[in-house]
Amino acid sequence: MNAREFFLKFNLGEECKKYGTPLWQCPQFLFVIMGLLIILSVVFSFVLGERYIRDPQVTLIFILALTGVLLSIAFTITRSFEQLAEANRMKTEFISIVSHQLRSPLTNLKWGLDYLMTEGKMQQTAEEAGYFQILKENVGRMHEMVNDLLTVSRAEQGRLPFEEKEFPLEEVIKAVLLEFHSSAVASNVEIKIDGEKVPKLWSDPSLVRHVLSNLVDNAIRYAWRGMDGERGHKKERSRIVIRYFQAGATIRCQVEDNGVGIPQQDQRFIFRKFFRSGNAVRHQTEGSGLGLYIVKSLLERAGGQIGFESEENKGSTFWFTLPIKPS
Amino acid sequence: MKKTLLFIEDESVIHKTLSDVLEGEKYDIVSALDGEIGLRMAKEKHPDLILLDLVMPKMNGFEVLEALKKEESTRDIPVIVLTNLEQMEDIQKAIDLGATTYLVKSNYNLNEVVAIIEKATKGGAV
Repeated sequence: MNAREFFLKFNLGEECKKYGTPLWQCPQFLFVIMGLLIILSVVFSFVLGERYIRDPQVTLIFILALTGVLLSIAFTITRSFEQLAEANRMKTEFISIVSHQLRSPLTNLKWGLDYLMTEGKMQQTAEEAGYFQILKENVGRMHEMVNDLLTVSRAEQGRLPFEEKEFPLEEVIKAVLLEFHSSAVASNVEIKIDGEKVPKLWSDPSLVRHVLSNLVDNAIRYAWRGMDGERGHKKERSRIVIRYFQAGATIRCQVEDNGVGIPQQDQRFIFRKFFRSGNAVRHQTEGSGLGLYIVKSLLERAGGQIGFESEENKGSTFWFTLPIKPS
Repeated sequence: MKKTLLFIEDESVIHKTLSDVLEGEKYDIVSALDGEIGLRMAKEKHPDLILLDLVMPKMNGFEVLEALKKEESTRDIPVIVLTNLEQMEDIQKAIDLGATTYLVKSNYNLNEVVAIIEKATKGGAV
């Protein structure tokens, strides 16, 4: 949190607007009111105590009355927190239910298209086959988005599956390379591995694979496609380097690319849900803005960290660390 | 010899696509659109393989699976669970109740599911 963000926290109107609750139900506002009342009550108690020192009953009644007011404010604060927590739980549950409900018709569509596109089942013109392919790709995109929403909902409920075991990072890297080989070739992107001998990791291999796949997928998606359309000069060939090494009690793995990079003003939002940087949207229309949020949630679940350095038009390096030994 | 497959699934599109691909020389397909009918069909037809959805009206897939494994005549029929539920506890529960395989529908395309069914009916591990 930088200084500006710290001071913005004191802008009660803005802070309360985020929750969409009336001011008298907003926790931050109520905390300030309660703090002021506590200070006032201490000062008044002191003044009254001094003036009516021979008649302690008046002081006692006053303090009891103030305590009653403070208790009712504390009760309202607790209630407003409960309501916010309930609203958050309902939102997460809503996403989960909707995502599950969406999956069934999507599977039906997917399998129906699979059947129609099976060779020899239907006579299709090239134009019809092209449309079927478009339908299939869009069903695939929708399926990915539903999966992402489900993962987000699970991350927010603290229910991400996590099965730890010992495994070599190199194996995961090789599997990811294999997974992206054809799309890298199709996008004319060269992928290299540069790693030193590192100890085995103690984590969930499918989680690490998800993280690395997402970073490599982003690096391919946001690689330059031969020519720089905005300036019209030819870029060097797109390349990605997956580098890994031991860093203290962790293993650090990073994905370096010489792609479109992230504009400076967008960098602090990059791990936020549904955020896509301006140049990413221009360059690649597909994407939900959930990938890096999920990756960060997964790494937090595994006790790891993630970060990046990036410069627009030059490229990005996304790194993550994972502990070598079980925590 | 033809094998009999029983699909217990409330989505008629799934019945249609799987039947269109599989029905013919190799398989006879029996369809049930809810758990109760599915259980009755299993007892009557003694299929070689059951494909079972979990979220269904009247009787859910877990209840059907439990009943199938309790009944002596249906206990040994292999059951492939085919569902969109993918929580670890659901998978574990189905395996504990005796499911042979657990497939999350949306993670597979039609041809992959067909290949798994063919392998299972040949007695192969899936």
